[in-house]
Amino acid sequence: MRVYRLATAAILVATLCAACSGGSGEPSATAGGGAASGGPVKLTYWTWVPNMDKIVSVWNQAHPDIQVTVSKQAGGDDAAAKFLTAARAGNPPDLVQAEYQMLPSFVAADAVADIKAETAQAKGEFGEGVWGLVTLGTDAVYAVPQDSGPMMLYYRRDLFDKYGIEVPKTWDEYAEAARVVRGKDPKVFLGTFSSKDPGWFAGLSQQAGAQWWSIDGDAWKVAVDDEPTRKVASYWGGLVKEGVIDDMPYFTPEWNKALNDGRLLTWPSAVWGPGVLSSNAPKGKGKWAVAPLPQWNAGENHSGFWGGSSTAVAAKSPSRAAAATFATWLNTDPQALGLLIEEGAVYPASAKGAALMTEAPGYFSNQPDFWKQAAAIGATARGFTFGPDVNVTYNAYRDAFDKAVAARSDFTAAVRTMQDTTVTDMRKTGFTLAQ
Amino acid sequence: MRRPGKGAPTRRAGAVPYLFLAPAMVLFTLFMALPIGYTGYLSLRRTKVSGLGLGRGARTEVFAGLGKYAAAVGDGELWAGWLRVLGYGALVLALMLGLALVFALMLDAAHVRLARLTRISIYLPYAVPGVAATLMWGFLYLPGLSPFGDHAFLGAGVVTFSMANVAVWGGTGFNMLVLYTNLRAVPREYYEAARIDGAGELGIALRIKIPILVPAIILTTVFSVVATIQVFTEPTTLRPLTNTISSTWSPLMKVYRDAFVTGDLHSAAATSMVIAGISVVVSFGFLRIVKNHAFGEG
Repeated sequence: MRVYRLATAAILVATLCAACSGGSGEPSATAGGGAASGGPVKLTYWTWVPNMDKIVSVWNQAHPDIQVTVSKQAGGDDAAAKFLTAARAGNPPDLVQAEYQMLPSFVAADAVADIKAETAQAKGEFGEGVWGLVTLGTDAVYAVPQDSGPMMLYYRRDLFDKYGIEVPKTWDEYAEAARVVRGKDPKVFLGTFSSKDPGWFAGLSQQAGAQWWSIDGDAWKVAVDDEPTRKVASYWGGLVKEGVIDDMPYFTPEWNKALNDGRLLTWPSAVWGPGVLSSNAPKGKGKWAVAPLPQWNAGENHSGFWGGSSTAVAAKSPSRAAAATFATWLNTDPQALGLLIEEGAVYPASAKGAALMTEAPGYFSNQPDFWKQAAAIGATARGFTFGPDVNVTYNAYRDAFDKAVAARSDFTAAVRTMQDTTVTDMRKTGFTLAQ
Repeated sequence: MRRPGKGAPTRRAGAVPYLFLAPAMVLFTLFMALPIGYTGYLSLRRTKVSGLGLGRGARTEVFAGLGKYAAAVGDGELWAGWLRVLGYGALVLALMLGLALVFALMLDAAHVRLARLTRISIYLPYAVPGVAATLMWGFLYLPGLSPFGDHAFLGAGVVTFSMANVAVWGGTGFNMLVLYTNLRAVPREYYEAARIDGAGELGIALRIKIPILVPAIILTTVFSVVATIQVFTEPTTLRPLTNTISSTWSPLMKVYRDAFVTGDLHSAAATSMVIAGISVVVSFGFLRIVKNHAFGEG
């Protein structure tokens, strides 16, 4: 009798479970079928470029057979994590905005498709350097470049005049200027070291000539603590310890206020800086100017990259060709590039796009040659190959530099931690590492 | 004592309870047992990469045994996280429940003006979502923005207190309401009898109200302990504002980091199981210790 009752209950549970799982399986089946059936191809696109819906609607009107729907994302690391999770779960968007440093992770997770065949004619539109970021130095093409972020020095021209400092040409001059500013007004800093922005630190290391990752035959070479990076770290560590550079992270309300109140005089940032400055420090309009980054040795001319992203096609997308066609249009078509610049405040990676930038951003109306400067600086920027576990390295940066900044301790030790964490993770996962 | 209805055949009634139980069992299976089982499954596996790890098929999932558990338990950062949470939890529990009790007793006292308004205003912070509350306090803490002057509220030694303050601010009202509701259910005759015996308001509070409240206090303590073990919102929201909160400040933050920042789902699953185990042991252990006080009178 007892067995009979239990069996009844078990059957009940089993039937209900089956009913439920049957229900959840259904929509995915229809979603898969929708793309294959006769109607227009429907694509979803995850991006955080402002006003992308407006740009996409121009495409949608001209291409009734390929309809793209934009899903606005938060951007940054969260967006990458979300895409990787969606890809792992089997329902990624067809198209995704991929930051260059995250692309290797996407490729390693088999989340993005090789679109070499579909983007053959797009290659000529881009410079060697930026194209290398989407091929990872392999034969494949994993994305179409969208924007790039060569770094330059933003500075308050009016306050430089007030404190009587020259625009620093070298990092030594920058350090000297930092001391002068502190001497003249203890409330003001020349700049701040952000322990929250590994991309910024990576860009500064690139400028110094770092090569955090490289591919050596069939093995990865990891050198996050190479000599140029250690040089950058000990330079900033020294300034923070000396107290002549502030240590508040970027993109915080506190930082916004310091920029707005004129208590931070410089920001070594990227070409997309005007967008941030105009929204976060509106009071500084017309007071900032741009110059090349200070150099490590007088007479040199180098820069690095901070940020920049591409448009990738998900490996699981049923409409790869249509998605690649859209990605190519978005990043190489003159009309699309014009819209990206105007509506999306994007600094296009394509040569054609960069040539379209003529009128200085409103925030920099005092510097009519802004884009000419930017193009000249962009030509001097050098990058490096990103590894397949950048997120591990970047997370280690935040934790290690948080601690080092708080303790005023040795920054090169933090770099060492980044290297060790990265190598340990890669070894644990099974990547082949070169010695 | 009630007896089963006359003439109801006990034989058939035997199957009926299972029918009534079925929805609960199905929901439990779908939303508790299966996810936990899947987490357990994930925790026993790991990703294996060969060569450069690029291209198709370079990444496979293999059985890892208890390796991820060994790594989770052996990670000093997890235990350092528990220690931090222990300190934070002790602060939050003592302050929040202490204040909640005091407020409940005060509101229940005989002559209080504006009791309704006071009650609502103490409860109100609980209605503010955790992220919004933490952001609001974050702005109040930030030097340069803070109306309280240029203090390092988010500095290394102080940040735990600042975070505890957010939790106390948000949680006191709810706990006060639970205690207060319990107090309102106490027959007023008790107090009259006490007054006739010469007890003042303080005496009534200490000798009658608090002993009656013990089960409710234990209930709120268990809830608060569980919430403290799961602390995530406050440190995660404050983290971008300061360099004193690491990505593994609390155990749950470590799970989040493993799963979504460094992309190691399997480590995250193993750590989750460890945290769940500790959480169960702590809350049931606490209940066991105090069960005579809580339920002995029933």
